Amino acid sequence: MKEPIVRARDIRKSFGHLEVLKGISLDINAGEVACLLGPSGSGKSTFLRCMNHLEKIDGGQLWVQGERIGYRRSGNKLHELKEHETAKQRASIGMVFQQFNLFPHRTALENVIEGPTVVQRIPKEQAVEEGRQLLARVGLADKADHYPGQLSGGQQQRVAIARSLALKPSVMLFDEPTSALDPELVGEVLDVMRSLADSGMTMIVVTHEMGFAKEVGNVVHFMADGQLVESGDPHQVLEDPREPRTQAFLSKVLA
Amino acid sequence: MTLYTATEEEQNLSIVPARYRGRWVMAGVVVLGVALMVYGMVTNQRFQWGTVGEYLFAAPVLAGLGNTLMLTAVSMAIGIVLGIAVAVCRLSPNPILSSAAWAYSWFFRGTPLMVQLLFWFFMAALIPKLVLGVPFGPSFFEISTNTLISPFTAAILGLSLNEGAYMGEIVRSGIRAIPAGQTEAAKAMGMTRLQTMRRVILPQAMRVIIPPTGNETIGMLKYTSLVIVIGYSELLTSVSIIYSRTFQTIPLLIVAALWYLAVTAVLSVGQYYLERHFERGFTPMKAAKSLPGAAANARLKNGLPPASSASLAIPNGPAEELEKVK
Repeated sequence: MKEPIVRARDIRKSFGHLEVLKGISLDINAGEVACLLGPSGSGKSTFLRCMNHLEKIDGGQLWVQGERIGYRRSGNKLHELKEHETAKQRASIGMVFQQFNLFPHRTALENVIEGPTVVQRIPKEQAVEEGRQLLARVGLADKADHYPGQLSGGQQQRVAIARSLALKPSVMLFDEPTSALDPELVGEVLDVMRSLADSGMTMIVVTHEMGFAKEVGNVVHFMADGQLVESGDPHQVLEDPREPRTQAFLSKVLA
Repeated sequence: MTLYTATEEEQNLSIVPARYRGRWVMAGVVVLGVALMVYGMVTNQRFQWGTVGEYLFAAPVLAGLGNTLMLTAVSMAIGIVLGIAVAVCRLSPNPILSSAAWAYSWFFRGTPLMVQLLFWFFMAALIPKLVLGVPFGPSFFEISTNTLISPFTAAILGLSLNEGAYMGEIVRSGIRAIPAGQTEAAKAMGMTRLQTMRRVILPQAMRVIIPPTGNETIGMLKYTSLVIVIGYSELLTSVSIIYSRTFQTIPLLIVAALWYLAVTAVLSVGQYYLERHFERGFTPMKAAKSLPGAAANARLKNGLPPASSASLAIPNGPAEELEKVK
């Protein structure tokens, strides 16, 4: 059997006394679009942030592309990696944030080439050329010299996606990528994500967009109270959920 | 659905900005007051403008000014570098580093600058010689503190270490003003902490850091006059030496004040350009700056319908609601 791109085993995480992840185990295969759904506070964003060690896990084990994230095992101990080692792992895991988090003092193109030139030390001319292609791919070739402050939310999020892609990641994490957008701008971002999925990118998407999950997702994981409640085919989970927690959530969302 | 079309007459309505007569009255009062003040100063013989002109470019005054500028530049440069280091240490996860940085700020902000200057100058009395070697072991190199500490080195040490403590707080406030999302985005891209600080955080923090740093620089320009207590000469020392001989105290103080004002003016211009440089990406869109009236006129010129009817023509959403209201 093929090695999954993401392998999570019994992931645990607490903030103080509050246990937000109570042992999550799942696999995500190459080329798969996995949507994490669930009520707010269910731990889905935290779980996503564990995958590139933005949050340190307190228990369990996590591999991305066969590489253990954030720790090195020797004997019975997991040693936390040094900062530059974690940084290297993160460069191959793309992440898109709810609030875009573009660098406001750099133009769209400068945002896109920042990772390749600073982290991967690719020559600037090459990075610029690839950066322009990426901006064209998200439909913003004409906005290369605009600053984030001059772009709409939807355009900013598309630049953010291009910025993540510039590092040629093996997997892309999306943390509620359309939640901060005006309703009429959601579509353009979902379109870019759809074409990204069509190109075969492995994507893990925390979202409230049920339509997107159903149409683009290969698998849906429903989380509640720090636990994985139900996983499966999007149509099955969203139209005919087995678990009472999933049913209760969906009846509220779709009502 | 019927669209509302503005009539020719309605389309040609022009906007008259509100007029504020009180502003003109106030402006008149201020201009009159300033004119009176200038007239009084120029005609008052006791200001001795002749003497002011005589000494404004005198060699000892210019030499003093040179020292003032040099002390300000060197102390601020060291102070800013120290300040960045102190701020980064303060925000470090290492508790020893952050407490050390806090203690440094506490000590150097908490004691008078004059005391610090005197302390450095008289350091030889406390520590007669400086030794380089293995701690508690043999020494390789020794130097008498008195040969190392001149009025100049004591002045630089005192001013820059004091400045570093203040700059540390200013830089820290700048760093903390940047939203956590910026650090997260940089981290997620695989940047190290140093890269994040240099490429993402500090360039943005500069917007917050520059105005108070301008304050500090202008303050430093005048604090340098405190080095008079350790016998180092600068602008104010130079003029005081002259007026203690000629008793022309007021005109010579005016000479010093004019130079301080001139340098402050130059520094303010420099600050303006620095601020403009780091403002990139943060200035509002150009389109937003143009007046609504101008935009409407431009539309008319280009043969487009006025914005009011154009927005009503949007097929759904607000237009429909407007129709309902009607």
